[in-house]
Amino acid sequence: MFKKKECVAMLLAGGQGSRLYALTTKTAKPAVQFGGKYRIIDFPLSNCINSGIDTVGVLTQYQPLVLNEYIGNGQPWDLDRVWGGVTVLPPYQGQKSADWYKGTANAIYQNMKFINRYDTEHVVILSGDHIYKMDYAKMLAYHKEKNADCTIAVIEVPLEEASRFGIMSAYEDGTIYKFSEKPKNPDSTKASMGIYIFRRDKLEKYLTEDDADPNSSNDFGKNIIPNMLAAGERMFAYAFEGYWKDVGTISSLWEANMDLLGKKPVLDLSSRDWKIYSRHSAQGPQFVGSDAKIENCYITEGCEIYGSVKNCVIGAGVKIEAGAYVEDCVLMGDMTIESGADVRYSIIDAGVSIGANAKVGAPRESAKGVTVIGEGVEIKSGAVVEDGAMMSDSN
Amino acid sequence: MTTAGLIFANIHDNTIPELTRTRSMASVPFGARYRLIDFMLSNMVNSGITKVGIIANNNYESLLDHLGTGKDWDLARRSGGIKILPPHITSFDNTTTGISSSRLEAIIGAANFINRCKEDYLVMADCDVICNIDLTKAIAAHDKSGADITFVTQTKDLAGVVSAEKITVIDADEEGRVTEFSEKKVFEGKTRVYTNIMIVKRTYLVSIMENSMAHGYTRFLHDILSRSIGTADYRIYEYDGFYGSINSMETYFSCSMQILEPKVRENLFGKKNYPVLTKVRNSAPTRYCDGAKVTNSVIADGCVIEGTVENSIIFRGVHVCPGAVVKNSILFQDTYVCSNATLNCVIADKNVMVREGRVLSGHETMPFFIGKCITV
Repeated sequence: MFKKKECVAMLLAGGQGSRLYALTTKTAKPAVQFGGKYRIIDFPLSNCINSGIDTVGVLTQYQPLVLNEYIGNGQPWDLDRVWGGVTVLPPYQGQKSADWYKGTANAIYQNMKFINRYDTEHVVILSGDHIYKMDYAKMLAYHKEKNADCTIAVIEVPLEEASRFGIMSAYEDGTIYKFSEKPKNPDSTKASMGIYIFRRDKLEKYLTEDDADPNSSNDFGKNIIPNMLAAGERMFAYAFEGYWKDVGTISSLWEANMDLLGKKPVLDLSSRDWKIYSRHSAQGPQFVGSDAKIENCYITEGCEIYGSVKNCVIGAGVKIEAGAYVEDCVLMGDMTIESGADVRYSIIDAGVSIGANAKVGAPRESAKGVTVIGEGVEIKSGAVVEDGAMMSDSN
Repeated sequence: MTTAGLIFANIHDNTIPELTRTRSMASVPFGARYRLIDFMLSNMVNSGITKVGIIANNNYESLLDHLGTGKDWDLARRSGGIKILPPHITSFDNTTTGISSSRLEAIIGAANFINRCKEDYLVMADCDVICNIDLTKAIAAHDKSGADITFVTQTKDLAGVVSAEKITVIDADEEGRVTEFSEKKVFEGKTRVYTNIMIVKRTYLVSIMENSMAHGYTRFLHDILSRSIGTADYRIYEYDGFYGSINSMETYFSCSMQILEPKVRENLFGKKNYPVLTKVRNSAPTRYCDGAKVTNSVIADGCVIEGTVENSIIFRGVHVCPGAVVKNSILFQDTYVCSNATLNCVIADKNVMVREGRVLSGHETMPFFIGKCITV
């Protein structure tokens, strides 16, 4: 059943996230766990429902099993709707052709039928690899107020980091006059957040033209935005202030997790006005044993802490035995760290076991990098995993 | 063989008036993130029962809020699911007669539900039974024996126990047939206690209801069960896992504190495929800040701990400020303990605020209770 919607959201969730190595060998990046009880995709999905957008298409491609299961019927985000709700959109076989999604723009192009069913005025394009809380309704209001064809959310970044982003140059009134992808000598500090709102008719026009161009890489940043800009369409930059982090790399994922810690955390998820929803695993409350030592940690239900933990983000169902020491780690969930184990500066995916007296990683000050242990890996008793190592289960 | 469930949501309300002033017994908070009814409801769901009637008599707003559509227990169903059975209050009658005052009246009040069920058996249970039981085994035993009613019992050593309320004790012969029902407050040694879970043949229950209405019976145990020994087929099913029941503030406190024991936690929350389900609140994980000192405590999500917590049960959204000390206490949802306050053997209901430097203490046998939304 379809009712007219002013705005639908399309969430690009098909990326492999190859820079997350062992964490994305079995799952797509948006399904990577974050902050103890969340997955990355919980952020855009929760933002949608909190912003009043109740129709979301999720474009999947790479390793979709976990992601599809996780999204399910959208119930945790209140996206199980009679009209709208969440729809997973995998690549499909058509009468004339069967194509994988060739790029971000092509993924949306192949699903224009989904968008058109809702007779929508505007389309929000989101990506599944950022951690942030954002009210898209405010951006949509800005987009409408400016009568824009395309509005791009931007965030101020330090000049020295600007060459890592797509940089927008805009006039006082927000009109974008220049866009440069990862410029060597940036002349602006407004970085694109990868969040776009398009007028539907313009989006369809440019996607159709892009599809006809055999030389295009079918990408929003590389093709659609520059083409629209060159054609003189009304394009505006919407300045966002607040926490926003691309968690596409191991170090940024680790940092974003650490931003949850402290008396006044940089990233505070406790607000009741802007809840981040997640599918939860029905575990018991957490238990802290008599000899446990917890310093500056973020801990989820189902955990049992008997050992010492410091500066850690710990997901559901983690057992830390007495005599184990864990520092500066992200433990994603469902694992046991046995007694005497010493785990430092690591990201450890769910279902891992770390045997007694095993040594994983090195103290942060001296480590070569974050140690990463992929899903289901078993670290035997007494084993040593070098700092900066990436281990994944070969199966 | 099919089975439906029936839960009494207001049973024993008067035994803990402090906690049931604003809610039904079924929605009394327990175990850091649950309400009492979660245990029995989860037992039924985990045992494959997908139609559950809940007899709500009075004060059930919080229960309705907790249960919602039954989604969180996977009981939002087209067919079956949760059926809340409120009292019959008509615009013609004396409006108080719809509220039942005994178990038998409550059953008769649910006659529509019971009559319309097509299931062979009903599991009838009280809302305040705290256990994680695989009912499929009990139902299988009931089915095999062909009994009219199978009572789930637990034999406990109760030497020296003096209970605030009467506890039903069941005697049985070697074959497991019930020989006597009795109600006791004072106990000596091993006693077979009724857990307030029974499996009953639905057609037999219907005949009980008809019989009671014909004779004006009002009491289930005395008028029906005790009189039918010898004629009806009553059996017992012995359950040996953790079983807690609450009949006073003292037992509420002691039963809560039992979940600090690893064995009890393992038995209640650690059984694979038998999760205890509750309403999802989407709280963020709990943040332990520098200065937090936590030992031997059960803590829910959504808390911020900056002070000391010892031997306590902490519900969702509780904030313990720096320098505050919480010992042997139970703090319900969203309690705020300001800096340097000290709590010992306290039960704080929802949204309590304890201001800076306050010192409050009760005793294990007489916990100090702070009512909902009170500022100390």
